[in-house]
Amino acid sequence: MTLDKSHLEYPHRSKGMDHDRYDWSLLSERNPVSWPNGKKLALWVNVCMQFYPLDQQGVPFKVPGGMTMPYPDLRHYSLRDYGNRVGIFRFLKAFDRFEVTPTFTYNTELARRYPYLLDVLKERQNEFLCHGLHMDALHYGGLDKQEESKRVKSALEQLRELTSQDIKGWLSPARNESEHTPELLVENGVEYFCDWVNDDMPYPFRTENGNLWAMPLSNELEDKFILMNNQHSEQSYLQQICDAGDFLLQEAETQGGRILALNIHPWMLGQPHRIAYLEQALEYLMSLDVWNASGSEILAAFKQQT
Amino acid sequence: MKNDPGFYHYWPYHNRPKIRWPGDKKLAFWVAPNIEFYELNPPPNPSRAAWPQPYPATQGYSIRDYGNRVGHVRQMELLDKYGVRGSISLSTALCDHHPEIIQMCKERDWEFFSHGIYNTRYTYGMSEQQERDMIRDSMESIYRHTGQKCAGYLAPALSHSELTLDLFAEVGTELFGNQGGYYTCDLFHDDQPTPIHLRSDKRFVSIPYSLEMNDTIAFVVNKVEPRRYGDMLKQNFDRLYQEGEESGTIMCIPTHNYQVSCPHRMKAYEAALDYITSHDDVWVTTAREIADYFIEHYYEQVSADIQLKRAGASQ
Repeated sequence: MTLDKSHLEYPHRSKGMDHDRYDWSLLSERNPVSWPNGKKLALWVNVCMQFYPLDQQGVPFKVPGGMTMPYPDLRHYSLRDYGNRVGIFRFLKAFDRFEVTPTFTYNTELARRYPYLLDVLKERQNEFLCHGLHMDALHYGGLDKQEESKRVKSALEQLRELTSQDIKGWLSPARNESEHTPELLVENGVEYFCDWVNDDMPYPFRTENGNLWAMPLSNELEDKFILMNNQHSEQSYLQQICDAGDFLLQEAETQGGRILALNIHPWMLGQPHRIAYLEQALEYLMSLDVWNASGSEILAAFKQQT
Repeated sequence: MKNDPGFYHYWPYHNRPKIRWPGDKKLAFWVAPNIEFYELNPPPNPSRAAWPQPYPATQGYSIRDYGNRVGHVRQMELLDKYGVRGSISLSTALCDHHPEIIQMCKERDWEFFSHGIYNTRYTYGMSEQQERDMIRDSMESIYRHTGQKCAGYLAPALSHSELTLDLFAEVGTELFGNQGGYYTCDLFHDDQPTPIHLRSDKRFVSIPYSLEMNDTIAFVVNKVEPRRYGDMLKQNFDRLYQEGEESGTIMCIPTHNYQVSCPHRMKAYEAALDYITSHDDVWVTTAREIADYFIEHYYEQVSADIQLKRAGASQ
């Protein structure tokens, strides 16, 4: 047995990264930042508003959280739809009760389908981000560039029109990207995206069309990741969120402002047996000395200092 | 293919010679931070894909980069606080990519051992010469960047050939004589060091590295809750500490800073480190120091005991 000689060649073995998307940088070596009113910890609560089509194509993979059964997979379709009918209204009550200002990251197809829901959310005047067309419209290596370009353009243009907001933030469905996604986002007026999970602070991400900002929106701390992927208990979810808040606040004491970003799904935490844990998490976090802000606000404050 | 790797003989955990660690300690405790580099676009190995998605595998790549950008420094501060020197399982290309991290480890007098070049280059399919060249490259890199004569090996991504340990020992001898290439972390058959038989007669030992306490195995494979992981570490310690009274044991915590150094996992990990290091009869050390001490003081006695027991229990 012998491998091709390329397996013992290391063309990128030199200082920095093995690609040119961003510069290498140790978090601990950067200039400390401070948040408005001297706060140490920014709290960003992002709600994913998702549409999982019943006729899922699953190209190039079945999106986690999507249909798993032979067509028509009514159980998963309707259970995800539960979040948009029921769960989201439990979320809104919780946000009001604990005075939390969230952001909403929308599948454009969902915004188009449920005008009533969109109107309710628009009235709150919180920031909207784009979450692609829908959960089965994945961006992936090998996707035709023209096709992807249409997807990005259409998702953003329609959402801007529907929300009357100039959408600046993006989260790819399943956080999946093609090699062209960052270029297409810049081309379509996106300022920051949240797919890359390699940092706890914003950093500039290079594209052929100019820089994007990568914003930290932890995947490891997502409700879906902890409860569905890891099968942890709701109690443990709560504990992990609180432990993360404590830790980041403590780190911020010596290293400057930090960000705790919660990505949550109404179909997951909006269930009757889970909502209390979200409420307790929000109650605890808001009792800490946090600056509750949107992705754009955090990024703006960050950019002012760098 | 063989039905048994043939590296060691059966050695029951029962009536073993009494091992005592330096200072008459009962348990040798070491922490193995894996400091790794995963490539975004490695050449595809015929037996194992580096990433589940087509290029670019944004999620898998970026969370591992989190370990490098954010995680290592967090763990360094924690280990400093509890007086632990790390024994680093090193993707040696990281010396080239991120020399700042290597420098911080050197300043702490941490040990470096080889974990291959990149954690996205697997041993599967390599010829003997290719694997030898890869191992030599990794050991030379450690020497060049740190001045350390690499003593230990953990195959990249735990990908092995039948000859992996032989080649590591032989390259170690070629480069550094008996000062290099004499322990492995690749075997999980025991809680004490074991002499390993290779095709050369070199004294070579297995140092327990614990797959079960490995944070990535716990969090990613077994999906353990962070607080439970902390409890598992304490329970693992309690039993090994108790048994160390009879004959000295080893506890290792292998970590990956894209896992354990996430904000929601640090508290439970710190509680376990605090607990373990607060006990008196713990030798807080490195893998190399354990291997050196064992080879110098117990290798022959243990080898003789293993030979004796091969004959059966009635001898």
